[in-house]
Amino acid sequence: MSTDSIPALSLVPKTEGKQSAKDFKTDQEVRWCPGCGDYAILAAVQGFLPELGLARENIVFISGIGCSSRFPYYMNTYGMHSIHGRAPAVASGLAMSRPDLSVWVITGDGDALSIGGNHLIHALRRNVNIKILLFNNRIYGLTKGQYSPTSEVGKITKSTPMGSLDYPFNPVSVALGAEATFVARTVDSDRKHLTEVLRAAAEHEGTALVEIYQNCNIFNDGAWEPLKDSDVRDDVTIRLAHGQPIRFGANGEKGVARMPDGTVQVVTVEEVGAQNLLIHDAHAHDPGVAFALSRLSDPVSLQDTPIGIFRDVPRASYDRLLREQLAEARETQGVGDLGALLRGNDTWTV
Amino acid sequence: MSKELVQLDQVIIRFAGDSGDGMQLTGDRFTSTTAAFGNDLSTLPDFPAEIRAPAGTLAGVSAFQLHFADHDIMTPGDSAHVLVAMNPAALKANLKDVRRGGDIIANTDEFTKRNLEKVGYHASPLDDGSLDSYKVHPIALTSLTVEALKDFDLGKKEAERAKNMFALGLLSWLYHRPSDGTIEWLTGKFGKKPEILRANIAAFEAGWSYGETTEEFSVQYEVRPAAQPPGTYRNISGNLALAYGLIAAGQCAQLPVYLGSYPITPASDILHELSKHKRFGVTTFQAEDEIAGVSAAIGAAYGGALAVTTTSGPGLALKSEAIGLAVSLELPLIIVDVQRGGPSTGLPTKTEQSDLLQAMFGRNGEAPVPIVAPRSPSDCFDSAIEAARIATTYRTPVFILSDGYLANGSEPWLVPDADELPEFPVTFATELNHTDADGKQEYWPYKRDPHTLARPWAVPGTPGLEHRIGGLEKADGSGHIAYDAANHDLMVRSRAAKVAGIDIPLLDVDDPDADATLLMLGWGSTYGPIGVACKHARRAGLKVAQAHLRYLNPFPANTGEVLKRYQHVIVPEMNLGQLAMLLRAKYLVDVISFTQVRGMPFKSDELLQAIEDVLANGADK
Repeated sequence: MSTDSIPALSLVPKTEGKQSAKDFKTDQEVRWCPGCGDYAILAAVQGFLPELGLARENIVFISGIGCSSRFPYYMNTYGMHSIHGRAPAVASGLAMSRPDLSVWVITGDGDALSIGGNHLIHALRRNVNIKILLFNNRIYGLTKGQYSPTSEVGKITKSTPMGSLDYPFNPVSVALGAEATFVARTVDSDRKHLTEVLRAAAEHEGTALVEIYQNCNIFNDGAWEPLKDSDVRDDVTIRLAHGQPIRFGANGEKGVARMPDGTVQVVTVEEVGAQNLLIHDAHAHDPGVAFALSRLSDPVSLQDTPIGIFRDVPRASYDRLLREQLAEARETQGVGDLGALLRGNDTWTV
Repeated sequence: MSKELVQLDQVIIRFAGDSGDGMQLTGDRFTSTTAAFGNDLSTLPDFPAEIRAPAGTLAGVSAFQLHFADHDIMTPGDSAHVLVAMNPAALKANLKDVRRGGDIIANTDEFTKRNLEKVGYHASPLDDGSLDSYKVHPIALTSLTVEALKDFDLGKKEAERAKNMFALGLLSWLYHRPSDGTIEWLTGKFGKKPEILRANIAAFEAGWSYGETTEEFSVQYEVRPAAQPPGTYRNISGNLALAYGLIAAGQCAQLPVYLGSYPITPASDILHELSKHKRFGVTTFQAEDEIAGVSAAIGAAYGGALAVTTTSGPGLALKSEAIGLAVSLELPLIIVDVQRGGPSTGLPTKTEQSDLLQAMFGRNGEAPVPIVAPRSPSDCFDSAIEAARIATTYRTPVFILSDGYLANGSEPWLVPDADELPEFPVTFATELNHTDADGKQEYWPYKRDPHTLARPWAVPGTPGLEHRIGGLEKADGSGHIAYDAANHDLMVRSRAAKVAGIDIPLLDVDDPDADATLLMLGWGSTYGPIGVACKHARRAGLKVAQAHLRYLNPFPANTGEVLKRYQHVIVPEMNLGQLAMLLRAKYLVDVISFTQVRGMPFKSDELLQAIEDVLANGADK
């Protein structure tokens, strides 16, 4: 795959030799719990990056705090394990000043949506050229099992012995509401789907948010089981594909359609007719349908959960516009002359 | 009609009015004219936090004090010779700062029953004899302005708005200031609105003529230019000097400047100024909050920029954790704190020095950060360059502790030659720097320079030097995550030793006859008032030495020795003794803490009194 023609990556130097997943592994011992979903995501990222053909030294992973945020230590690229919730801000500063880098943010549901919620929404609306991978396991792992902002209501945890009271965020809905230009959801155990989504995110100019459903087998095991269990997953999961009718179910018997009252609902194909199913348009300028799709899933049973790319629309990235302003200032005013600046327009001589 | 011309060696004028009366503008303009005329000067703007407090109230009074002289001066002056009071509130709020026998120019149009009652005057102070010890000039500034502009195509409100130009014209005549500069400035400001421009010029000239032709003023004053070292001068405020210093620092270090900031009084002007200078390669980022501002700067620093974040006390509190990260990452970062009154929101537009301990200790863990404090508005320029030198040489965050007084106050500045600025170009790491046990070459991000203890700075994009850094404790050298006790002890001590070993000049002491028994030791913006107090004390025959700390962390190597040399050490601060606490703790010297937190700079008379008191009672100490 050539990345020269992709605006998001055109300024990032390419590798000369051939890369493999091994090139992206470090000598550091991976210290996630055995069975953690993070392993699968790490393997998928290490396996997919060689496809981009970017110079390894021009890739940077920046994380916040939490289990997932140890990720950069295991990537043989540049990386920073920053502080809780602030990775999108750190990454924004880096991406703004270095157009030659491919900058990735690794975060979790607590890091991105609780302590770092403000930075997340502002990064999304600003559209800085960073790719945010949000590992959602619906629990606080590193602090040993408190409920998170994506935990279902009534969650019994160490800090909520009688059940949690707060209503959860749906990260995809949040991102769409925050003016994000690229929003996708995938699952840790589905390597192929995960890789496809990561590739699309890498190619997107601006901020991309990829929510990855990730299993914490210690504190919240099976949180996404209905989407993984081969017996039920096809009945529960709606796979979104751009330009295709939205159809799912073990035998393709269900779909999504717009109803006469304007709402978007899950229907049976038999009931509405295949020709009346909604065609998924990830490039639609209006985020309304994407938002409606994000609302289909039941937060507890996970029934009717869409995965795939909800939205992927072009909008100039913040850092590109910033560079254009710097260039314009130099073009119209000339390169700065420090002596003239210091003297100003109102001097006197003694 | 020709009037008597009286020579004065110095004058202090205070312009005071409602927030919307344009007093800051008037003061600024008078300052520019005065600077261009060649006087030495110092200014003190004093305005409320509200943009437009209710008209005519004490809360809404905005004032601007200007001290100018035919000799070298260091402060905006203790009390004014002249007060221009645009309404009763301005008179009431500022009368205590006018010296007895001084002139009060009062805008009688605003001395209505209602306005007088608003501020608790039962009778007009202009008529009831309460101002008998001042020279009162009751002038109907508003109606005179409206009358002068009656032929212009302006509404009454617009015409009234020009009354500050009438006042400026009158004062310009009274103090014999050239008027060309003001007319040129008005042309620049209102060039696109010819009617407003002509009206403002007409109001200015009407004020001038009023002084010249009426009998209200029998004399005109002149303050001759001050003798200053030869060179090109301009007037500059602290915030402007700081912004210019940061741009210059980028050139000294040969790095692009990146500012991550969030608007906050009184630091926002630095963000505004830097955002204008994109052609110098300066990137400014107005972040979603204070934390994002500093975090983005850390990201830019990781990428190889000269990274800066600007704020004031409450913002600094929010940035604490990220500054700790910068300490741990050992990346260069300049943190500008333009201090204001605290705690909490405190006094946003008033000055204070109460963030010293926050800068020193306001982080979790042992997280030392060097601190540089400018002493005057123009010194903000040099301080920015010095902070950049320390940050890049030692790979550390560095504080610049300015304050509201320095930020908004201004003084003449001998413009430096841009080619003569210090150079400290940064060299990024490009080579592997360690050989492991098997003879394999590696890059160790925490392998320190034996002299500076700084770690190498390898930026992303450098092939072969890929590495990971973070806020977890790192193994000495390799930088890998390390939890073992001995390594942590070593790393904590190494970071402390690095900061303690920063190369800074010795503390300079001004002790003219080397026989003083009392030392006045200050830091930051108190330099001017302390200097004046020392001068006056010496004139009165007292033996006083002065020293001023520009570096608060580390302290200059001779600080302890200087402290022990004097029988008495007075430490004046606009806080409750923060530097005094540090000095006592570090040097076991019982310094005398002299403090004030009134939101305004010290008056030199108060400091002189403190000197006299200590010397009079010194034997008992």
